[in-house]
Amino acid sequence: MPDAAGLEKLAAAIGPESVLGTVHTDVRSEISVRPETIVSVLAKLRAESYGDLRSVHGVDYYPEEPRLCVKYEMLSRELLDRVSVSVRVALDDPRVPSVTPDWPTANWPEREAFDMFGIVFEGHPDLRRILMPEDYEGHPQRRDFPIGGEPVIFTHNESSVPGWFE
Amino acid sequence: MTTEARDLSGYRQMEESVTLSEESFVEGDRELLTLNIGPHHPATHGVLRLVVTLDGEIIRDVSPVIGYLHTGIEKTAEVKSYWKAIPVIERMDYLAYYFNGMGYCGAVEKLLGIEVPKRAQYLRVIHLELNRIMSHLVWLGTSALDLGAISVWWYCFREREQLLDLFEMSSGQRMHTRYVQIGGVAEDIPRGWEEKVREFLAIMPERADVYGDLLNKNEIFLQRMRGVCPASAESLRALGVTGPLLRAAGDPWDLRKAMPYSSYEDFEFKIPVGTQGDNYDRYAVRLAEIKESVKIVEQALDGLPEGPCITEDRKVALPPRHELATSMEALIHHFKLVTEGMRVPEGEVYNAIEGPRGEYGVFIRSDGSSKPARVHMRDPSFVNLQATPALVEGHLLSDMIATLAVMDPVIGGVDR
Repeated sequence: MPDAAGLEKLAAAIGPESVLGTVHTDVRSEISVRPETIVSVLAKLRAESYGDLRSVHGVDYYPEEPRLCVKYEMLSRELLDRVSVSVRVALDDPRVPSVTPDWPTANWPEREAFDMFGIVFEGHPDLRRILMPEDYEGHPQRRDFPIGGEPVIFTHNESSVPGWFE
Repeated sequence: MTTEARDLSGYRQMEESVTLSEESFVEGDRELLTLNIGPHHPATHGVLRLVVTLDGEIIRDVSPVIGYLHTGIEKTAEVKSYWKAIPVIERMDYLAYYFNGMGYCGAVEKLLGIEVPKRAQYLRVIHLELNRIMSHLVWLGTSALDLGAISVWWYCFREREQLLDLFEMSSGQRMHTRYVQIGGVAEDIPRGWEEKVREFLAIMPERADVYGDLLNKNEIFLQRMRGVCPASAESLRALGVTGPLLRAAGDPWDLRKAMPYSSYEDFEFKIPVGTQGDNYDRYAVRLAEIKESVKIVEQALDGLPEGPCITEDRKVALPPRHELATSMEALIHHFKLVTEGMRVPEGEVYNAIEGPRGEYGVFIRSDGSSKPARVHMRDPSFVNLQATPALVEGHLLSDMIATLAVMDPVIGGVDR
């Protein structure tokens, strides 16, 4: 994890046109960027030796706006260091360019974020649900999605649960 | 007898209406066959479904379909207080429960900013490495079983039973032990445990050699492993593959060495790497890792420091039982922890550790309450399974079964 000065340097290397802000705590260094620039931001980080994308995952900041967020956990094997990149999108227009063409490892994690949060990754080669059933309605990992809010299908009630078999 | 005279059901009529002679066949015009394997198939290691497009026996395309074991653990963790979420998170990758617990507890500890006592760190390392051996034994047994060698399975499970007995002795449970706690470990090791571990360590390297002898001289095993489905380190790295799969391709990346945590810097061990990146290297790397883990546990037992096995911070860890009878503060802390749980300062963290399958990375977002606002596990099985098409395309269908076996995906971790 770069220190506060290193993080600012990294943010300057990415460029002020895409960086919205930086967060530095004892345990995390994060650069938040404009969603539409994410592909070029990760390319610039790759040039700064952050050559491995370790994880892509969604976060819901309900009730804050913009609510939805995608985090990219970057790793530099040369500097033995980690830095995070985040983009925030609003619920009514949750579109983020996909980084899968540049980073093949983002393929399934982006599908998972789409499945769980409804974030649409534009340019993803195969954006389908991955963990939930294809015909599932809603995005269960959102904070306003109730836990236990759906019926459990048993043999005695399977015909009364709408749409499960179609 | 005419057709009308026979009492045919609709099904019979439909069957008779099929005229096979009208199917055209042109020489040289090869047809692709799409075959569904799973989700219930003995060779897919759990409820994994593979849709395979075959050209004869050659795989042209494969798409894994996952989600059959999705249990919503990440969602469940959001409605549990921090320390009550440990048991559900341990159940993600059900062969690496110490690693799940360690990744999660380490992340919470970072957010809380607490120090873990040295003895607890060593006890964690001992259990993590025993868990690694256990996971590799299950992998070796099931992989050999997939290739038709059933005896290896029985031998591996003999040693695994011994390990599970050790886990039961130190924590009360054979699986999903909840041994790793926020701030340390649940309990100090019981009397006699160390001797039992040393007994196990004395036989394990020899047993690993025996398994090597069983398989390395088996012509059938070698033919299905040597030179089968090789992959370069670069292509695997781009796909985010970590752990033994990456190391088999010659890339010595191991978080225990590169970014040590929990006192791994105190121990001397080697990182086994492969040269060809084929199935045989993936097998050989794991077999060698078992022996390295034995060395780490030996060193940790030799250098096990005295001291507390969990942090003294009463806001995080339960007070010892004897204090409850004498101290009012202890009783209050106990009550607060058991009912509400600990409050964790606002913030986010990503904590990564090296497990038997690669990088287990836990992301936690805390909103200042006693329940995590978001828990995400970067499970190596999930990320590694993405590499299946890259590994097996252009190879034989039977090689895919062998490759899937040595990839060692745990579906509980893939689907979470």
